[in-house]
Amino acid sequence: MTLVVVGSSLAGLRAVEAARREGFAGEIVLIGAERHLAYDRPALSKAYLVTGEPVRHFQTVQVLRDDLQVDVRLGVTATGLDPAAKIVRTSTGVVPYDTLVIATGAAPRVPPDIPALDGVLALRTMEDAAALRELLHPGTRVLVLGAGFIGSEVASSSRQLGAVPTVIDSAPVPLVRAVGTDIGRALASLHMRNGTPLRLATAVEEFIGRDRVEGVRLTTGEILPADLVVVGVGAAPATGWLTECGIELDPRDHGIVCDAYLRTSLPDVFAAGDVAHWPNADLGATMRLENWTNASAQGAHAGTNAVTPDAMTPYRTVPYFWSDWYGQRIQFVGTGAGDDVEFVSGGPDEERFIAAVWQGDRLVGAAALNEPRKVMKLRRLIALRGTRQDVRELLDPVPQAVGFAGREESLPSVSGTTSERRQS
Amino acid sequence: MTTQRIVVDRNRCTGIGICESIFPERFEVDDDGTLIVHDTVVTAENRAGVEDAVQACPAAALSLASRDEE
Repeated sequence: MTLVVVGSSLAGLRAVEAARREGFAGEIVLIGAERHLAYDRPALSKAYLVTGEPVRHFQTVQVLRDDLQVDVRLGVTATGLDPAAKIVRTSTGVVPYDTLVIATGAAPRVPPDIPALDGVLALRTMEDAAALRELLHPGTRVLVLGAGFIGSEVASSSRQLGAVPTVIDSAPVPLVRAVGTDIGRALASLHMRNGTPLRLATAVEEFIGRDRVEGVRLTTGEILPADLVVVGVGAAPATGWLTECGIELDPRDHGIVCDAYLRTSLPDVFAAGDVAHWPNADLGATMRLENWTNASAQGAHAGTNAVTPDAMTPYRTVPYFWSDWYGQRIQFVGTGAGDDVEFVSGGPDEERFIAAVWQGDRLVGAAALNEPRKVMKLRRLIALRGTRQDVRELLDPVPQAVGFAGREESLPSVSGTTSERRQS
Repeated sequence: MTTQRIVVDRNRCTGIGICESIFPERFEVDDDGTLIVHDTVVTAENRAGVEDAVQACPAAALSLASRDEE
């Protein structure tokens, strides 16, 4: 039996670790296009950019090779898949598999009309971050295209370095797909409140500069001079190598379509991490997540299912991600796709808030600004299908008086039911 | 006998809270983002959950230390 994992970032690493933890005794081959084994990618737009301290790796190649007996092949790019022959084609030859986990992640979307000028960069890898850091100095004028999490973190880190960022987003409210309109608006206001200009509902009409970028002209006519342009307009699943093999891809973003067990449409082929769409029973929706928490847990789940085909379990999770802007901690759990948002503690312009996303009476999502104690409790409530009443009791633990009679139980006991635990 | 205890590297921990999600009876993030470990002793019953939490920390701030105790 040979397990092949394509993708050596977090999801791929967790897949091989989990396979060994399950007692899988067969051969394991881990293939990664990057020269590095999984590293702390969230730090690239935050601490690394500010301090330049070496980025931490989540595991060493030596441990994988010596302790887990994994054949680690870094700097090797997967170029194709032949499901009939059960082989992965790579830049260094063919790799046969019995069971396969695809964890090739996502790559930054760079719109085709962005010219190849010096000083125009995207951020995904350690090398990208090092190149960006080289160019960020006190006084550097930075235009950040995209007010999503990466763009916002780059803007925040730039400010910490004394650079002068401006953030541009084509949407009237940023982050709507990730957190919904009300929360997106509240988060975007952090830029303004911390002195970073934000231009919304506009886009770059023209890049100015011959070899090196000197500025941009916006669709509003405004001209913004720039020493540096960082493109942070999102990422797309890295599935270009799979287009010929017949695997089912999502028609919109070309992510891999999986079932609840993380199986793709091809036999003995699983997927996990930023590439995978799957039906998430915790929220009753099919989703594709681009965050650390999911890459870690979903990678482990796919690795486990791949080597225990007779005991597979569905993967379910309440999504969780965090972000740090201007020294403030943003946390989000669940989904922004509800039918109602309510600031249940603080308000959108305050230094601390909790916003609940409701679907009818059920809590389906929550955003927190500088409220770290509540977040994981809200995450649990979402998994337990908690209601408005449960959230009130969590935020205001004083026993409620009359009016809620007939509801004896408050928070159900949660031991062993958290979403990150393997389901039995 | 030798017991194992949960150790938090306070220079690394930023209160992200994944440990709390995995093992809420043991780990809890406070209002200012400080991680509280309610009981640091690792027992046979809780070992699996503790190890899951240690391994899942995105900041590598958690570890287990062995110590000889009477």
